[in-house]
Amino acid sequence: MSTVSTIDDAATRGRRMGRMLTERPVIVLSAALLVLYVVTGIQDPSLFTAQGIRSTLLLACPLAIMAAAQTVCMLTGGIDLSSAMIANFAAYISANNAGAGPLQSLGFAFLVGAVVGLINGVGVGVFKVNPLIMTLGMSSVLVGVVTVGIVGDGFLSGSSRLLPFVKTVGSGNLFGPIPLNATVLLLVSVALLYGLRRTGLGRNIYAVGDNEPAVRLAGSRVWQVLIAVYVIAGILAALAGLMFSGISGSVGPDQTNSYLLPAIAAAVIGGTSILGGTGGFAGTIVGALILTVLNRLLLGFETSEAVRQIIYGIIVLALAWVYVRLTGQRAD
Amino acid sequence: MTLPLLTATDVAKSYGPVVALRSANLIVEPGQAHALLGANGAGKSTFVKILTGVIGAGHGAVLMNGEEVRFSSPEQARRGGIASVYQDPALLPDLTLRQNLKLTRTPLDEVEKALEQMGLAGLDLNELVRDVSLPFLRMIDLARALAHRPRLLVLDEITAALPTDLAATVFEVMRRQTDSGGSVLFISHRLEEVVTYCDMCTVFRDGKDVAAFVPREGGENRIVQAMLGDAANLVREGGRRSVQDLTAVAPRLRVEHVAAGRELVDVSFDVRPGEVVGVVALEGQGQDILFEALAGDRRFSSGEVLVDGERLVARHPAAAIDRGMVLVPADRATALLPQRSIEENLALTLYRRGRSWGPIPGRAVRTKVQNAIDRMSIDTRAAAQARRLSGGNQQKLTIGRWLTAGFKTLLLFDPTRGIDIGTKHQIYDLIREEADNGAAVLMYTSELREIALVADRVVVLYRGRIVAELPAAADEEELLSAAHGMVPNPADLEVGR
Repeated sequence: MSTVSTIDDAATRGRRMGRMLTERPVIVLSAALLVLYVVTGIQDPSLFTAQGIRSTLLLACPLAIMAAAQTVCMLTGGIDLSSAMIANFAAYISANNAGAGPLQSLGFAFLVGAVVGLINGVGVGVFKVNPLIMTLGMSSVLVGVVTVGIVGDGFLSGSSRLLPFVKTVGSGNLFGPIPLNATVLLLVSVALLYGLRRTGLGRNIYAVGDNEPAVRLAGSRVWQVLIAVYVIAGILAALAGLMFSGISGSVGPDQTNSYLLPAIAAAVIGGTSILGGTGGFAGTIVGALILTVLNRLLLGFETSEAVRQIIYGIIVLALAWVYVRLTGQRAD
Repeated sequence: MTLPLLTATDVAKSYGPVVALRSANLIVEPGQAHALLGANGAGKSTFVKILTGVIGAGHGAVLMNGEEVRFSSPEQARRGGIASVYQDPALLPDLTLRQNLKLTRTPLDEVEKALEQMGLAGLDLNELVRDVSLPFLRMIDLARALAHRPRLLVLDEITAALPTDLAATVFEVMRRQTDSGGSVLFISHRLEEVVTYCDMCTVFRDGKDVAAFVPREGGENRIVQAMLGDAANLVREGGRRSVQDLTAVAPRLRVEHVAAGRELVDVSFDVRPGEVVGVVALEGQGQDILFEALAGDRRFSSGEVLVDGERLVARHPAAAIDRGMVLVPADRATALLPQRSIEENLALTLYRRGRSWGPIPGRAVRTKVQNAIDRMSIDTRAAAQARRLSGGNQQKLTIGRWLTAGFKTLLLFDPTRGIDIGTKHQIYDLIREEADNGAAVLMYTSELREIALVADRVVVLYRGRIVAELPAAADEEELLSAAHGMVPNPADLEVGR
């Protein structure tokens, strides 16, 4: 008898936990972040200093922006695997045009994001290419474009010195332990949280991910929604590229590639369903923070980078699995 | 005394609160062609699925030759001696017929032998499935079932889309099966086939068997009466009609000679504002295509649709919606946002245009949504996710969506399928209210009694054309007969085929 009731209790607890996670993901995730932060801090006490908090935030902000690009795509049931290459390309273009003033430098960077996003959106929305294939293909096209651009007298072979504004915003300090790039994240957060929840486009984005035929029957044009989504994702990726280059102080053809999977993972851990229809940006931000702290924790282990990568990957997979188990968000 | 080949006793099945089969009893003797009859939703398909192991029974027992059997897959059922041919042939379109047969481990030489017997030896098994027309695919499916040498051959609506010569082949197969001591369970909406070719019939109604008799003795009329039961005499006081004389009013929706593929051939009718026109049809007579094409979800191949006298060419549902014509589809799943809230479900169409993509006018939307919630009396206790709502409440959302958006012509495809009686009446009331306020309503229903409750007029669709136009006061027997193609002058039907 007692064993039965224990199993029942565990089951109800799991279900309650699942519901809590579904309805209030940010609270649960914030608690997890706090625990992880303290555990990591015990191992590496510098984390409790102002410098420690600052370095965590500095790295988490651009990751959260790149994860924002994934979040909007994933809400429609898509994904953007080209966002790392968009980020690299945009950062390069910006540095190339740094001499021509901030307007042209930043304008070109965002234009790259918007145009690549537009092509992605047309592919996914109009020609019904699977988003995974479309953006992966786009990513490898961009590798080629950037490579051609930087060799010899290519169109990206100009100056690779950053725009001072990008460097300042990317690595400067606001006050106390808060880096200046947190203001960028704040602006993006406000825009996304409002945009997804309180605009017609936002409602359409969720609806497309939840049930595409229903959106069509309700009279919305799904392809228009998808184009808008991939353009937004492209612009966000370009922004993330600028911020990453601001931290490192340089540009590189593969500078942000290692952040692509963490960005997707941040969105998943943050409660956005990879199948679309549920989630949001608030969870993604916490997800990005969790992954940044987790990285820090692993850095403390005295082991090779390869082993660290393996552990990191396993933890991310486990988190995603637990999440999906608890919230029961499966294709049903 | 010989044992019956098949004895089903008190077989029942429910899906959650929805009862699909209440209590079914059926006895098939060896050497018998046995017809299984019933109106849509009477439980025939569920019963067949249980029999052939597609789904498990919730209750009851099935005996073959006196021994209880319980199949958990169609393959097990085939080994147990029951092979079936379904309405939709289960074949992979991108493989050849031969590859498909191999995939299901069907003995090829047996299939070829069966085809030869059916006079179809010329059929090339190396053709891709998608290049073979549906009638021939059904024949292949039939040959496949025969290859297993079943004791009981189950034919579920096999003749529904067959030309006369192939249908004759099917009857020949049935005769050979019964002559050799096997049995056939035959499901068809074509009553004349049942009377001519079946030795016995069992009629299902509301998930129960209500009669078993020799069809030749009872005739088509007795079958129709058994299918309807007391419903034929059901009190009609709930029914409300439009009181005004609408004949002088210009039609809101005029459909002229529309056609779509082979499923819809030359359909014309019109609907006036303030009027509810019922569409009566058996399953698969083209009604789904008619509704989808009217709503702009697919296209007619010819003919014209006029809304308020002006031509409508809808390449997308948005075009129809902009002209005030909206669809509540058959399957709630195609209209619902399961993971989103009640409010988002109800307000979805408000954001269909690019210019409504900006900030949501919160107060105005809330008013409209609340109005829909009140008028539909939607239970908002589980407001966070539509998938947690009951079926009836989900259906209210798909109808309520158009109340928030506003409409002039309402297309309802079986709007009360699978929901409880209380909700059904709320929906009837709403339909009448909307019509009285000037909406034109076109409603297909699989439940004949709904016609008397809400419709002003009925059009009957049979094999893709309108075969009769009747007053809603027509009794159900008349409706059902017309739906089976039994119109005063059936020769008219053959024109143009």
